[in-house]
This record gives sequence, C-alpha cells and structure tokens, in this order.
Amino acid sequence: MEELKLLDAIERYLNGEMQPDEKTQFEQRRKDDPELDHRVVEHAMFLQQMDQYCEGKRFRNTLHDIHHELLATGAIKEVPRKATIINLWKKYKRVVAVAASIAGITALSISIITYYFTPNGNISEIQKLSQQFKQLENSQRQTNRELNNLKESTKPAAQAKVGGTGFLVDGKGYLVTSAHVVTNADSVYLQNVKGEYFKAGTIYINHLSDIAVLKITDDRFQPVKQLPYSIQKNPAALGEEIFTLGFPRPSSEIVYNRGYLSAGTGYNGDTLAYQIAISANPGNSGGPIFNEDGDVIGILSGKQITAEGVFFSSRSKNIFTALQEIRKDSTMEDRIKLPQTSSLKSLDRTQQIKKIEECVFMVKSY
Amino acid sequence: MKPDSTEEIALLQRLAKHDRQATETIYKLYYNMVQSLILNNNGSFDDARDIFQEALIVLYEKARSGTFTLNCQLKTYLYSVCRRLWLKKLQQQQHYLPEMNGMEDMVPVEEDLEAHQQRNAEFQMMEKALLHLGEPCRSLIEAFYLQKRNMTEIASHFGYTNADNAKNQKYKCLMRLKKLFFAEYKNNNV
Repeated sequence: MEELKLLDAIERYLNGEMQPDEKTQFEQRRKDDPELDHRVVEHAMFLQQMDQYCEGKRFRNTLHDIHHELLATGAIKEVPRKATIINLWKKYKRVVAVAASIAGITALSISIITYYFTPNGNISEIQKLSQQFKQLENSQRQTNRELNNLKESTKPAAQAKVGGTGFLVDGKGYLVTSAHVVTNADSVYLQNVKGEYFKAGTIYINHLSDIAVLKITDDRFQPVKQLPYSIQKNPAALGEEIFTLGFPRPSSEIVYNRGYLSAGTGYNGDTLAYQIAISANPGNSGGPIFNEDGDVIGILSGKQITAEGVFFSSRSKNIFTALQEIRKDSTMEDRIKLPQTSSLKSLDRTQQIKKIEECVFMVKSY
Repeated sequence: MKPDSTEEIALLQRLAKHDRQATETIYKLYYNMVQSLILNNNGSFDDARDIFQEALIVLYEKARSGTFTLNCQLKTYLYSVCRRLWLKKLQQQQHYLPEMNGMEDMVPVEEDLEAHQQRNAEFQMMEKALLHLGEPCRSLIEAFYLQKRNMTEIASHFGYTNADNAKNQKYKCLMRLKKLFFAEYKNNNV
C-alpha cells in the first residue's frame, strides 16, 4: 500500500497535479532521500518511454487504417504480381548463374586433369604385353624341359647377373663350370675362397653337356702346381657316395654338401649326365662332384622341378670330350693337361675339403 | 498535386502533430513509388507496406524531434529511407545483396535510421513487456496511457466500484510493467 501511495505521489508530481505546498514538501523529501530521487527519475524515464510507445502505437495504428482506407477507395493499388516463375527466376538467376559457372569450371578442369593424367602410352603397354608373351613363351619352354638350372637369381645392376661355381682342371688357370652359368655373359669374374678376384675368358661352351671351359686371363693368378684331385674318365657306379663344394651364398662362402649317385643317366635317360641325390641350391651350378676318393665324376648342372631332391650332373667324361674339341679347333700352344692322380685318397673329408677348396671358384658372369 | 517545399514543410508540421489528413496525403503521394521499388527488388506487397510505414515512422519521429530541417525533397528522403530499410531487410534474409538497379543512395539517412533503430528497440521492449503483463492489466494500462481515458470512465468500463479502486489496480499493474520493462531494458543494454 505504501508503494502504491508513493507511486501515486510520484506520478502526480511528474504530471504537475500536486498542490503547491504538497509539491514543496515532496521536493524537500526528494532532496533528503536519494532513493526517492532515484525512483522519481526512473519513473519519469519510464513514463517517457510509455509516452513514446503510445505515440508510436497510435501512429502505427493510423498508418494501418490509412493503408486499408486508401486501398478500399482505390487511391493506392496493389499492382498484380508478376508470374511466380518469373519471380523465382528473378530471385534465383544469380544463384543459377553462379551454380552453372561452377559446374562448367568443374567439368572443364576435370576433363583437363583427365587429359593430363591419362597414360598416353597405350601403345607401349601393348608392347609390354607382347614382351610378356615372349617371356611367357620362354618360361613355358623351360617348364617343358622341366629343368631348373641352378643359376643364382638375377641381382641388381652392380651385382653379377648369374652366379655359379667352377673348379680348376689345369693348374695353369683352366676351369670347368656349367655352360648355363656363363651363357650370355659379357664378362666373367672368378672369386676364390680368399676373396680374390680374377678375370676370366670363356674358351669353350657346350650347351648339350652343359659344360664350359674358362681361362683365367688375370696376371695376378698364381698357377697351382699340382691339383689335389683327378678327373675320372670312367662312369661312376650307382650308389657311390658323392660330395660337392659350391658357392650358393652371395657372400662367397664356400658350402659343402654330400649325397649319392642315384641313377646312371640324367633326365629322360640323358647319357651325358647322372642323376644324383644331393642338397644343392642355385649357385651350386658348375660345382665339381667328387666321389669318396676325391675324383671328379661330374659337374653339377640342375634339378628337376617336378620331383623333390632330384639333381643332375654332367658327367666328367664330358670334360675330356670338351678338351678334345678345344684341341681340335684351336692353335693354343699350351695344352690343357688334366690331373691324372688324386692325392686325396684315404684322407678324411675335412682334409680333402681343405685341399680342394683352393681350386674351387665362385663364377660371376656380368 | 506535387507540393513545393513550403507546402512540404507545412505538411510535415501537421504530420508531427499527428494530423491524420496530412499523413493520408503523404501516403497517397508516395506509397506507389515505394511499392514499385520494393516489388522490383524481390519484395512482396506486405514488404512494401511494412517498409513504407516504417519510413513514415522515421519521418514522423524526425518531424516530432523539432530539430527537423528537410534539405531535400520529401520524395527523395522517403525514397532513400525505404531503400536503406529494404537493403537491410534483404541482408538479414539472404546471403548476398542483389544489385538494386537504379537505386543510388540519394541522400544520406544513416543517422536518422540509427535514431529510429534505437526508438524502435525501445518500442519493441515496451510492447513485449505489455504482452507479458497479461490481462486485464494490459487493457487497463492501455486505456489509461494510450487512450488517455480518465479513471472514472475506466472504473465503470472495467467494473471497478470506484475510481480510486481502479487507480490502485492501475498502479499495481504499472509496478509489474515497470519491472518487466526494466528487466528487458537491462538485458538489451548489457
């Protein structure tokens, strides 16, 4: 109730409805009481807002009335609208234009990108394919032979293309290895167990018996006076214990393996070869096959893919044949003299190997 | 039909005094111009009416402020105000601004519009406060302040036994309205 009286007083004061003596009294109270003063100011401001609101409201109402009146009397006209579609078009033509240009640019850039990135080498692909066909043919041929030559797999450019094993047949520097090791070789290098390299040249190659004869052309090569082993001319007996030394590892570590002679002929009854049972790996190709007495009875050449543990060895007799042929069509003064006697007889295996290993070389053809 | 500048000033003075005739004259003279402006720029009839009426309110407020001098044709002024108002509305509605063909700003009206913006905000605050006040307070307040009816009249109309009763009721309502309004006011000014 107090509040209401106060509000009434303030409003009457602001509206100038107070009697003069009441007014002076009120003004005195206002001076003394800052809170009252604040409330008066606040109410004055509120009344002003109210006033403005009322003015605005009244004017708005008037405008509204006038609008309807004028519409009714026809003084102003709402001109009929244009067709909606045209309006839509007008409204969105910018959007449409922007969208269209974006689409256009996108399409254009996609086609440009496609053009640039499409491999224009369809022709080269076809060539590649044909090459692959050739390769397929080659591998098919090889499969038909069912022989997997024990070549060491192809290595990076700096590495040897093919690796194999070879052994001396004459202390002056003549070696025998498998023909397939040095086929297509630009140059042949030999490496002994000490890690020394020697350049060698191919002087004879026979694919049928898978035998190649190499000659060390390097001056640094110290001739071996007496080879520890001999080359056996007669066919080896079935069931003979055999062993081999070779370089199947890329690290030029000599590796020893042993087995037995399992058949007197090679693949499909090949009389130039033996079938042997031995554990060998690519890189063993061209390695010498020794019997227990340390006579060379063959040269390791390959393995049958279709059977497990079936290896083939060229017969040592082929070496003799090869030498005969070399003699026939060469004018070389120094004849290759094959070792006749073996000094390995009745030695135990480790000593045999110790003597042999100096005469076995890693063959690297590039 | 077209008024010269002295006539225009007289017209504005009458407008400031809330002369209905004057308001009607201005309405008749310029509404069609504004309507075609709005319609040609993606607006509807409702938009045209709203914009024109708001422009008239701007004019009214300016005329009432007393410091008003019109240094261009009334037509130009209204046109400029409507154009600015409409651009603003488009800006709120859409992400891009269309080129308003042939619509150069003819006179600067920014200051007037800012003042109007302030008043409009206050107007809306009061309207909102009144809306929240609810009946019968709202009608009571409007009867007293808006329609300026006296207390006896109001008492009989609202069924109060006497003017004092009605007055008390009015003060109660007024206190609540003040609270609502100042809450809103603080909110908006923070």
